[in-house]
Amino acid sequence: MVKLDIDHVFKKYWLERSANEVLALSDVSIKVEDGEFMAIVGPSGCGKTSLLNIVAGLLPYDRGSVSIDGKQVHGPGVDRAVVFQHSSLLPWRTILGNVRFGMELQRRFDENTMKERAEQFIKLVGLTGFERHYPGELSGGMQQRVNLARALASDPKVLLMDEPFAALDAQTREFMQSELLKIWSAARKTVLFITHQINEAIYLADRVAVMSARPGKVKDVFRIPFGRPRTLSLKRDPRFLEIEDAIWQLVEEKPERIMGLALP
Amino acid sequence: MLKESEIVVETPKAAEAGDELDRPRQTFYHKHEAVILGGAAILLTMGVWQAFWAAGKISPLFFSGPSAIAKRFWDAFRNGSLASDLEYSGLNFALGFILAALAGVVMGVVVGWYKRVSMLLGPFLNAFYATPRIAMVPLIIIWFGIGMWSKVFIVFISAFFPILVNTIGGVRAIDRDLLRCARAYCASDWQIFTSIAIPGAVPFILTGIRQGVALGLIGVVVGEMFGGSQGIGFMVAYGGQTFATDTLFVGVIIIAFAGILLTALAERLERHFSRWRPER
Repeated sequence: MVKLDIDHVFKKYWLERSANEVLALSDVSIKVEDGEFMAIVGPSGCGKTSLLNIVAGLLPYDRGSVSIDGKQVHGPGVDRAVVFQHSSLLPWRTILGNVRFGMELQRRFDENTMKERAEQFIKLVGLTGFERHYPGELSGGMQQRVNLARALASDPKVLLMDEPFAALDAQTREFMQSELLKIWSAARKTVLFITHQINEAIYLADRVAVMSARPGKVKDVFRIPFGRPRTLSLKRDPRFLEIEDAIWQLVEEKPERIMGLALP
Repeated sequence: MLKESEIVVETPKAAEAGDELDRPRQTFYHKHEAVILGGAAILLTMGVWQAFWAAGKISPLFFSGPSAIAKRFWDAFRNGSLASDLEYSGLNFALGFILAALAGVVMGVVVGWYKRVSMLLGPFLNAFYATPRIAMVPLIIIWFGIGMWSKVFIVFISAFFPILVNTIGGVRAIDRDLLRCARAYCASDWQIFTSIAIPGAVPFILTGIRQGVALGLIGVVVGEMFGGSQGIGFMVAYGGQTFATDTLFVGVIIIAFAGILLTALAERLERHFSRWRPER
């Protein structure tokens, strides 16, 4: 059953400086099944973050439609939650307060339920004991766990993740990837995961959509054949490397170039 | 489901600080070096000053000596004039400052949040903010007379602007990432206002309060110098006009201590409300 249906979406930007129109997304269609982990990879500037913002309801689009469970979405909604690239935590709230933040804004749960859910998801992301800490006292990896717990606690149908590990160092990133898989297998949400790292996408996802830049288009969608649970050693499996190579070819960019572009 | 043993928790940055362990043992002098050196410097200066004064090398018309100032202080304390002057100035300051804090924060929030209000009031606020408020003292005396309300108003107008300007800045300095996050969770404008804009502005408001304290203090002294017959500012002005340098010094020292005390209080308040900041 299709959970999230991105159907022929177009997005144009007007560039003030060059008085020019740029086609950021051109006829993008992606269907994500219920409970599926879908990753989107592409070089910087391919419009993948615009696409995520459109699905989140934070950005208007020009043509096409985005629907969840067959219902077209307009603006942000309680059926989606975003895990941001920058943890976007309120620095004056404790970890507990931050995990509650999304639920408090949405007002879907009563006080007791909020309390229970906050505890439950703080435990799920492995932060029990840190409830009373402030975000400034936590490492980047821990802040992203809070970011994730906040999103999961608001009980979305679709979880949107916008390069959540891009700002972390390589070691923490690998660690967080395997943690995410554990958490995801426990929470079983439909996920749309944006990244510029091809091996991250393959390692995490059931399917990987590859986008190209200018205009942003879906070039191809790869089904990832590996079962779960997956371990990090999978990244050295010959079949894994084969898929990685195929995606590189498709992106038609040299690795160094993409990495260089993708740095913030 | 996730097993307890699989959850690996990273050490937080805050707990990593191992410097408590390798810090070398400190002697009493090293621990209190700043206090000891500072105190010694003050005592030495006072001693030299008093020696010159006692030897008659300083003309009481132009300067005073520690013993004369202390005696004047004691006399004023004994006959009750010190207490009544302090009470008068303190009341003027407190009233003016509280009104300024209330008005400054409320108006700052409104101007910071509503762009159109800011456009309407902007020219006036900028003009007033750039004008030294002391220049308006004669006008204020025309309006309020030389009684206490002219002093209260001078304190008000001195403390109001730094509080207002900082509050406006704080409400406007809303974090884009937090805004986007709140929007994604369907926050209403009111929720964004109460959960992000206001808490985010608190450190700015407290900076404004601290600046307002310092400027309000100047305001009360200047106000009392310009007219009236009471208060610490009057004490200083009167001492000057009658060449009673000891009286003048008593006033100046009281003002200095009031400044140190109130600024320290404001700084404590500031620290208390920013305890969530990682750097202390």
